[in-house]
Amino acid sequence: MQNYLANLPPQHRRSWLLVVIYIAVLLVVSLADFGLNTAGQTVFRGILLGMLVFLVASGLSLIFGLLDVLNFAQGAFLLIGAYVGNATYDALDALSDEMRFLAAILSAVGTVGVLGAIIEAGLIRPLYKRPIFQIVLTFGLAAIFLDLVERVYGPDPKQPIDPPALLNGKFTLFAQSLSTYRLFIIFLGLIMMVSVYILLNRTRIGIIIRAGVQDAEMVQALGINVRRVFTLVFVLGAALAALGGIAIVPYQGATLEMGNQFLILAIVVVVIGGMGSYEGTAIASIVVGLTRAVAEQLSLTHFDAPVLAETSILLLMIAVLLIQPSGLFGREEA
Amino acid sequence: MKNDGASSLILDIQDIHTFIGEFHILEGVSVQVPPGSITVLLGRNGAGKTTTLRSIIGLTPPKTGQIMFQGQAIQGKPAHKIARMGIGYVPENRIIFRDLTVAQNLQIAERRKGDLDRKADLIFGLFPDLKRLYTLRGGNLSGGQQQMLAIARALVPDNSLLLIDEPSEGLAPVIIEQMMDAIRQLSAHTTVLLVEQNFQVASQLAERYVIIEEGMSVHAGLITDLVQNNELITTYLGVA
Repeated sequence: MQNYLANLPPQHRRSWLLVVIYIAVLLVVSLADFGLNTAGQTVFRGILLGMLVFLVASGLSLIFGLLDVLNFAQGAFLLIGAYVGNATYDALDALSDEMRFLAAILSAVGTVGVLGAIIEAGLIRPLYKRPIFQIVLTFGLAAIFLDLVERVYGPDPKQPIDPPALLNGKFTLFAQSLSTYRLFIIFLGLIMMVSVYILLNRTRIGIIIRAGVQDAEMVQALGINVRRVFTLVFVLGAALAALGGIAIVPYQGATLEMGNQFLILAIVVVVIGGMGSYEGTAIASIVVGLTRAVAEQLSLTHFDAPVLAETSILLLMIAVLLIQPSGLFGREEA
Repeated sequence: MKNDGASSLILDIQDIHTFIGEFHILEGVSVQVPPGSITVLLGRNGAGKTTTLRSIIGLTPPKTGQIMFQGQAIQGKPAHKIARMGIGYVPENRIIFRDLTVAQNLQIAERRKGDLDRKADLIFGLFPDLKRLYTLRGGNLSGGQQQMLAIARALVPDNSLLLIDEPSEGLAPVIIEQMMDAIRQLSAHTTVLLVEQNFQVASQLAERYVIIEEGMSVHAGLITDLVQNNELITTYLGVA
């Protein structure tokens, strides 16, 4: 820990301090305004949302960091993951709930992973030196995928599927009865957060990815085939979004709008955290989740409508950019 | 261009032409590097020295001409394949990976498991400070320490040729001395092709030189001959 702090650039130390103070203020305001039980429920909702957003935003951040591609199709990957997983679950009704759920996760992640590999190698790679074209391409892909999902699976929202019995229980938290599945989502988000952190910090491929985020050309000059690493990261980013997609289905079902809703949240998270910073994305996901949940609860309490929910995170993004233009944990351009 | 007729060459560049976008940067560069030597590319700012190194390593590949490394044509190959043939590259701005520790900056250059362990004595013998700085992030190092790390990184795998771009740039005189010592010592292990703007440094380090002027190699030979040729120095290098 001491070593970690000693190695942190001064502006990142300041960001940590800001984050700690900001979360403390949110907690104090919640406790003062809502009372212990509602505040606890609000924080739980915020963390839950933060973990879901993290699954989409971490992929977006990794892809942007290494490939310099702002992937507008990231929301579509979540959408496809949700619908393919849902369809797999429906199709395998002869199996046990556990097996169906596992198959749904594998099919969602596998399908989107393969799709990601094809998109990176076939469509994005020829455009690496044309960033504007990449943006247009991923924007177009997002529209095409949305249309395809609608045509294949229909325009109606999909009802939440039953999670496996193990995750289908109830527990009481702050005087509210909640589905165990919500805890599972938080746990899944934490597992992925730590796993990707370990991948990036403790493995050779992770070190290559982090180096490539700074200078892919230099990595290549060291004898590393950086294109292969690009593909791997794109697949990983797409698969994380798909995992987020299928994780949502037992909780909220699937709708055609979910991809774009999470894409906007993910973009806000990546901007607040600092473009390309994994650490920043992880922290900003929690901060955005908490901010949205507290703002929603505040506006419900005082205005009887969740009017502040959406604007709160945009205001937060503006405030962060005013204080630190490169985001909380982004790198100042030289 | 004059050539003193070196016969066995580790690197033989013949008449390369390199473009950056629409700009014709190298308009005929030929460089011959014998094994075990330190050869320096000299010339004014913007003459094409850095582009020559980038052309060799494949980051800015030449459109025409030939680059033979250890008897094999390497032009047109991707940079990672050229590097794996045994060419190390130390770029102009060092390009140390700021968020990685010194240890990780070295580990990333391993081409085979254990490369760093095998080279530890050589690297820490040349740059003892790096051992002390092992757990620090690259971004926290001084300019001189970053330069040491950039050269050390190129020494991790078994490279037969090192391309070093402006090793003295932006460094204090005392650090330049240390760097020169290190380059002299490492030339016992590998061939060095150097770009150096500081003529005094270049003339003390190198045995051979190639002058590049407006994208063309215009003169080459032994550095001992060049230091006595004031006319050549004044004409091409602007050094009195």
